[in-house]
This record gives sequence, C-alpha cells and structure tokens, in this order.
Amino acid sequence: MRVQAFDEMMGANGEVRQHYHGFAKWLSEQSPEVIATKRAEADLSFRRVGITFAVYGDEAGTERLIPFDLVPRVIPAAEWRRLEAGLKQRVRALNMFIHDVYHQQNIVRAGIVPPEQIFLNSQYRPEMQDIAVARDIYCHIAGVDIVRAGEGEFYVLEDNLRVPSGVSYMLENRKMLMRLFPDLFARIKVAPVAHYPDLLLENLRSVAPGGQGEPRVVVLTPGMYNSAYFEHAFLAQQMGVELVEGKDLFVDSNTVWMRTTRGPQRVDVIYRRVDDDFLDPLAFRGDSSLGVPGLLSVYRAGRVTLANAIGSGIADDKATYLHVPDMIRFYLDEEPLLNNVPTWQCSKPSELSHVLANMHELVVKEVHGAGGYGMLVGPTSSKAEVESFKERVKANPSNYIAQPTLALSTVPTFVESGVAPRHIDLRPYVLCGKEITMVPGGLCRVALTEGSLVVNSSQGGGTKDTWVLER
Amino acid sequence: MLSRTADNLFWVSRYVERAENTARMLDINLQMALLPHGKNALEHTWRASLAISELQARYDERYESVTPRDVLAFMVTDPKNPSSIYSCLTSAREAARAVRGSLTTEVWETHNTTWLELQRMVASDLAYRDPAEFFEWVKFRSHLSRGVTRGTMLDDEALHFLGIGTHLERADNTARLLDVRFHEYEDHDEPDPEAIDSYREFYHWAAILRSVSAFEIYRKVYRDVVTPARVAELLITRKDMPRSLASSVHAVLGDLSRVSNDRSGETERLAGQLDADLRYGRIDDILAAGLHPWLTQFLRRINDLGNRVSADFLVPLSV
Repeated sequence: MRVQAFDEMMGANGEVRQHYHGFAKWLSEQSPEVIATKRAEADLSFRRVGITFAVYGDEAGTERLIPFDLVPRVIPAAEWRRLEAGLKQRVRALNMFIHDVYHQQNIVRAGIVPPEQIFLNSQYRPEMQDIAVARDIYCHIAGVDIVRAGEGEFYVLEDNLRVPSGVSYMLENRKMLMRLFPDLFARIKVAPVAHYPDLLLENLRSVAPGGQGEPRVVVLTPGMYNSAYFEHAFLAQQMGVELVEGKDLFVDSNTVWMRTTRGPQRVDVIYRRVDDDFLDPLAFRGDSSLGVPGLLSVYRAGRVTLANAIGSGIADDKATYLHVPDMIRFYLDEEPLLNNVPTWQCSKPSELSHVLANMHELVVKEVHGAGGYGMLVGPTSSKAEVESFKERVKANPSNYIAQPTLALSTVPTFVESGVAPRHIDLRPYVLCGKEITMVPGGLCRVALTEGSLVVNSSQGGGTKDTWVLER
Repeated sequence: MLSRTADNLFWVSRYVERAENTARMLDINLQMALLPHGKNALEHTWRASLAISELQARYDERYESVTPRDVLAFMVTDPKNPSSIYSCLTSAREAARAVRGSLTTEVWETHNTTWLELQRMVASDLAYRDPAEFFEWVKFRSHLSRGVTRGTMLDDEALHFLGIGTHLERADNTARLLDVRFHEYEDHDEPDPEAIDSYREFYHWAAILRSVSAFEIYRKVYRDVVTPARVAELLITRKDMPRSLASSVHAVLGDLSRVSNDRSGETERLAGQLDADLRYGRIDDILAAGLHPWLTQFLRRINDLGNRVSADFLVPLSV
C-alpha cells in the first residue's frame, strides 16, 4: 500500500516549501560526485569515531553504523515554538502524574485514570510509594516521539520516560553535517544544539540531594556491549563526569560510593542508562550483575538521585498514553497543545473486536514494547503475518493497543536510485529539573526502505540532521 | 579516577606495546632467516621466539611442527593466541572503547582506526604476502598512538596509568629479547665458545640491537665493534637508551610516584629498589653472575610489580 504523505520539503504541486528554499538552492549547486564523495566520507568518519550500535540477536555484525542521510529535516522557527510549548506542557503534566501516582493518586480518585491501569501495571513500583524525590522530579530526561501526518498535523506517537536514547546522534549528526558542508551553515542560520550536554549536566546537578556540597554526577551504563554504549560514553565525556558500571559502585553507610584509584568517592546523582529491573539485585532482579546492591535503600532515604526516577515507566506505556490529554487538563487546567494519535485498547472487548476486524489497516503495538520489536504494521504485512498476530493479541489482549496507520510525513532522502521521499519521525529531548529546558532540535529518524513506516534503527532505519531555523 | 578505568588504561598501552615488540621480534627473525645457516639453526630461532614469550606449549597444542609460516600465523593473526598481534590490538581497542571517555577523541580514534585497518590487513593476507611491511605498520601505529597520547592528553592520572602499562611491558619485552640466546640453546648443551660461529654471533647481537632500534645508537655510543657485553650494557643499564631496562623501570617509578595512594607505599619502594639496582649496578657484575639467571630474576620482579600495581590501584578488593 502506498500512502500519500505530507512531504516536509516539497508542496503538493511540486514546489519547494518556503523554509527549504535555502537548502534546495544549495543542493542544486552541488554535483552528484561531490555528494557521493561526502556520503562516503560521512560513513568512514562515523566508523572511525566508532559511532556504532549493536543489534540484538545479530551474531555477525555486532557493531553497525546507523545510516546517516545528508538531507536535513528543516523546521521553521514558528513551527518549533508551537512544538516546544506543547512538549514542555506535556512533560510537565507527565511528571505531575508520576508524582501523583506515587502519592495521593488524585487522578484515580477523580475517575480519570482507572486504578487497574496503575496498580496492575508491571511498571508500577510499589517501592516508590510515598517516597520523596528531589524537587519532585521523576522524568528528568524525556524523549517524546512526534510524527506528522495527513495534511501536516503533528501527533505525539509515544512518550519515552525511562531511558530514552538517541540524543548523541542528534549531536553527532549536526557535527558531521557541519564538517562536511561548512558553507551550508554559513548560508542558512540553523539554531545550535551543541550545548545539550551542558544543559543536561546543569539539569542533573539541580536535582542532587540537598546539603552535601558540590554534587558529583555519574553516568551508569550496563557496559560496552550494550547497544547504546557509544551514547553513554559520549554523554559522560561531554559532561566531564565518570562513566561507571554497577561494579564500580557500592553502598556503605547509607551512601553510594565509587571505587577510585584514590579510594572511595561519594556519588550524588546517577544518570542511569540501566532499566529499573537491573538497578539493585537486592530489590529487583537478583540475577542482575549490572546494578548496585543496596542502591534502592539509599535512594529511598533521599541520599542519592536517580535520573530518571525508578517507576517513571508507569507514565510511558502505551495504555497510559491514552490518558495524557486528560492529565494535562487535570493537572495544569490547560488544553493540550499537541494531539495524541487515536488509540484503541485491546483490553476493552468492544475495541478489541474492532482491532481484530481491521488489523490489516492498523498498527498494533505491545503496551510496553520499544525499539520497533513486537509490533505489526497491518498495511505492509502479509495476510499470514496479520493472522498470526491476531492470535497473539487474542491470547493476551491487554498487552496490546492499536492505532490507525498514519501516513508519516516524508523528506527527500538519498537512496540507491537517487533522491526519493522517505518517511520520518522526530524525537526531541525535554529536560526536566529546576526548570524545563530543551535544545531546538531532536533526533530525526528515517525509514530507508521505500514505503516503510518503521524508523527504528534496530529495524534498519537511518537518521537525519534536524534543523530548527533561527527565523 | 575509577579503578576500572585505570585498569583499562593500563592494559590499552600494555597491549599496544606488546604488539609492537612482537612485531619487532618477528621482523628480526625474518631477517635472520635470510642469512646462511645450519640445518637446525633456523628452527631454533623460531622456537626461541616462542619460548621467550612463554608460548611454546600453547603453540604445540595447535601446530605440529615449527615452520616460519605457522609461527607467523600463530604470533600474528591467530585470535586464539591471546598474545598474537591480532589479539593484542583487538584487546587494546576493546579496553580503549571501555574507557573512551577518559581518552581524547584523537587517541580513541587512533586505536579504533588501527583495529579497523587490522581487519582489512588480515583479510587481505598482508602479513604473509609482505610481513616486513606489516610489521612496519604495527610499529608505526604504536608510535602514532604514543605520540597522539603524549600530544593530546592532559598530564593527569590517565596518562600516568597509560605510562605504567607501556613501560612495564617494555621492560618485560626487552629483558626477554636479551634472553633469547639462552633459549636458542635451551635444548642443547651450552655452546662451546670455540664452536660458536663468530660471524653468526655478530649477526645475532646486531639483530637484537636492530629489533629495538638501537643499532645506530650502539655505533654512536661505543664507536666500536659489537660485543655481547656492550649490547647488554646498552639495553640493561643505560638510562638514556629509550628501550633499556633502566629507562623503562625509571619511567614506571616516575609515573607510580605521581599516582601514589595510601596503599601503594610498598610497591613504590620495590620499584625504587629495582630502579636503583639498574642505575647503580655494573654490567660486569651482572654478566659475571650469568645473564640468564639475572634476567630471570628481573622478569620475576617486573611481574611482581605488575601484580602490585593491579592490587593497589586497579582492582581494589574492598573498601
């Protein structure tokens, strides 16, 4: 099925949209040879720098490049201002929701979110009930996936509030494009994003437990075989903080310490890139060697900050997603600035039957799924695939939601046959601390296969630089 | 600095140094093989290069006889030999990747590029088609990584642990190289001095000098013929000779004193003692007592230092 999509660069009549004029003019002046050379240079350079990721279940190539496309996604200044306001509003409400979940549960009392959505949710952490966290912040770093569909309306596709990744690609893609085509940036005024690590560090310091002097921040990684290891190392280096693994930390006297060549040093804020389940083998999975025994008790005592907070996943599953517009009305008394995608819950019998009857037209996702694993895109799947997915949904309906197949917007992209439109999404990053801050930009992912709507890098997607124009 | 980080840094530079020294040694073997020699001499030379690296047993498990081709395969590209050049450069890159945040981008990219090029070279069989060029490349990459490290890194703990790794490994390797003569005759009676072909003897010691880039230095320092005693002096006690034991141990001592912590006193004392022995020792005394026993003792002390550095800084067992 070919979906007629909104193209970010080209208007319906084939004219170049206003905000792409500068780029289109520049592109028309480049010879195909130059472009080909620069593409090869980008590949080589990414490999030398080691900007690679590991694909789970792939024995042969344990390290792969994420393809980088030279045509940027361009966002006009006014459009970005609307997006930014909507994103900040959304994350503010989500953070209030998580706090409410782990305290009074007013939103449940008000009958807006059903209790089973919280208490029967595997992401609900009873350990966090009535625990105070610094500044009441839970989702210190949020990555919100935005798509554009139909005539160009923006929709929020999902909220990532646990350990959203990809921000290093936003930074490296910009650096790469500036290195390859400095003249382009001399001609077009693109808002900079390179200060993200500074904002992140400031954000993390602002949520340190009080009264312990200059806070020490570390980045906790599962280790170098994790698919996002590059990013963990990159962010630690850019912030000038230590990159630690679980075995580098230990708990003593109700304090978290790291083992150094000069003895133990206290740790105040842990930007953890390890899932809840693996953080503390005494509290969660006992077989985990990635975590720190005793960490939870120090955390509960308010003597160390974890970013993001334990239990923040309660707000980013795809069934909670349904309620976000109501959360915004409930907590902020505002109308949501960004739309949700209409969503059917398979847990409701009436909606399940609709999903089963129309699955060939829908996108069906696991409630807790991520990375494009365990999902079905009806229109691009075979009849047999749809049928077998129906059985999976019937076996465990509450594990699935479904959405209409959106004709994600496209951007021209270099492919084998030249330049052709490919579907994209956008993940801007929202930092939540003393204030809510963002850099103007995000990670733009692109589905490189013709017609494909799955942009995840684990499924063969690529990335683009994202430009927010300064005016 | 995190202990784990220090540990990885220590091993990054150790592995690179080991790869370089292996390349130097094998290169010399190839050159020696070009000389006229007796029927067993060649095999002895190759066998000795396995023996000095203590790899004989591991080699015998995997190969039937000692041939240049098999020894090269084992020492250069065999991923199952943890001391092969391939394994060393791969491990160096892995260790660097684990601590890339503590390295400058240039240093990390150097190790990563070495590893990427290595894959290509192994795939193209360069090490067998043109071993001399391949060994040149290994040495060059090692020079480059040291230069980039010195040229871009902050003079702090990270640099000191890199330095300790480099110089401990170098002291170890130079000592083993000096001992190769002993291993060549290991299976036999000590050679009758009268029977030693003096022509071949000259080439042996000249080759050792060349393998540590010291042939020209020897000429410059002594302005005389090559004798075993002077070669030993140059490579053991001369602290101005960059690959000598004296110079390497002195560098270890210097870096150790800069990372000193409240556990490391005994380690520093032992390093200082070894340094003093080399600085103030006389080559005649060492040779009178026998070069091989002295080198054996030296290797034991270097190994002990490595273990102590590990226990004091790199893998502290408890709080």
